[in-house]
Amino acid sequence: MTEPVLPGKLIAVEGLDGSGKSTQINLVHQWLSGLGCKVYFSEWNSSDIVKDATRRGKKKQLLTPTTFSLIHATDFADRYERHILPMLKGGYIVLCDRYVYTAFARDRVRGCSAPWLRKLYGFARTPDITFYFRVPLDVALGRLIEGRTRLKYFEAGMDMGFSPNVQESFRIFQGLVMEEYERMADEYGFTIVDATLPIPDQQEYVREQIQARIELQDFKQRMHT
Amino acid sequence: MSPMPKASVNTVKRTYGEPLPNVDLTKLIGGLIVIEGPDSSGRSTQIRLLTQWLQQEGYAVASSGLTRSLLVGEALDQAKQGNILSPRTMSLFYATDFYDQLENSIIPALRAGYIVLADRYIYTLMARDLVRGADRAWLESLYSKALVPDAVYLLNVSVKNLAERTLAMHQCMDYWESGMDLGLSRDWYDSFIRYQRRLHVEFMRLQKDYGFEVVNGNRGIKAIQKDLRQRIEKVLAQIF
Repeated sequence: MTEPVLPGKLIAVEGLDGSGKSTQINLVHQWLSGLGCKVYFSEWNSSDIVKDATRRGKKKQLLTPTTFSLIHATDFADRYERHILPMLKGGYIVLCDRYVYTAFARDRVRGCSAPWLRKLYGFARTPDITFYFRVPLDVALGRLIEGRTRLKYFEAGMDMGFSPNVQESFRIFQGLVMEEYERMADEYGFTIVDATLPIPDQQEYVREQIQARIELQDFKQRMHT
Repeated sequence: MSPMPKASVNTVKRTYGEPLPNVDLTKLIGGLIVIEGPDSSGRSTQIRLLTQWLQQEGYAVASSGLTRSLLVGEALDQAKQGNILSPRTMSLFYATDFYDQLENSIIPALRAGYIVLADRYIYTLMARDLVRGADRAWLESLYSKALVPDAVYLLNVSVKNLAERTLAMHQCMDYWESGMDLGLSRDWYDSFIRYQRRLHVEFMRLQKDYGFEVVNGNRGIKAIQKDLRQRIEKVLAQIF
């Protein structure tokens, strides 16, 4: 990697829908804020300017594999260049709920090639730590069904035409996404978290990993008294 | 007397490298003809005349342009007003818009055997980004799923003529067409000239890479139209 060293640190969480990664990164956020660290949180698909277009595309099911991929790349670029990168340069710990690997996994399943996707996201830095929340399909599906009223169209990969049944489609689509994650785990050095463990146990492991690899003392805000 | 469209081996469409997922290129039996050129180069006039002519000849014609997509057209217009997006975000927004139109409007028309007259294509988008410092290899990859058109004509107009036509038509210069976001000059006229020169350089480089035909756009409307029709007749003979 020829990426220049920046004062900040980048931590990403990845995993299937229902893997519990958002819960975990939120707890990390609370913890780091509580310690008085300079921390910034950014969520996949949350850029204001792009959100409307994405919502419209998803609602009307206008998206093709290519435009699905590009609209998420647009969202990411906006967040990356306006927030994530400046925050890293300004010495923040930046927490990302999903990063480019989400696009690599989902968009590959939708038929975009790996080289094209890598080039597309070539401007994004490799995170200092990427936690991958590994979970069996049935556990993920079970959590989603308990937690929400219904599975979302694109989340279940309904655009792929695998099955007219939403749950069946989810199982097939997320199964393929999981294969992509597993394929990337070694190559990108994911730190694997057993997402079937109780929430506090997972959090304990995640915090240990962060403390071992990031000097948190360096990120504490200096208080002027 | 309407010509019957048929797919033949020589006219199977292809992309610039990367496949378009879920699109069967062998089913695209129409023709894709692109007119490129800066604003005020006379593109829309020429396209209007070409449309009339082609319809009279019995061809079904569909049109396509930039920032017209249902998906992001509106958001793009808004973003341009605010000028708050980074260049890369703008690039990706335009690329999304382009592919949305390609897949939801150009390709269905080609499948139905239409001639699609595209008012600009990926080259304008690339040239604008290149002038703003975008990475060439990144852009080439971004647009590598685009269909290779059956013909691309670049209306080449001298920068001086462009400035004259723009002023005669609008009595002022457009912020983006003058490249004011680049900070080349605080003077709009001066900025327009410098920006359009840079665009021209990029277009000529793209012309070498992508091999489109350059048409002298400094002539009168009729002369240009005659020239275009002669060129297009040959292309149509190959497609239909």
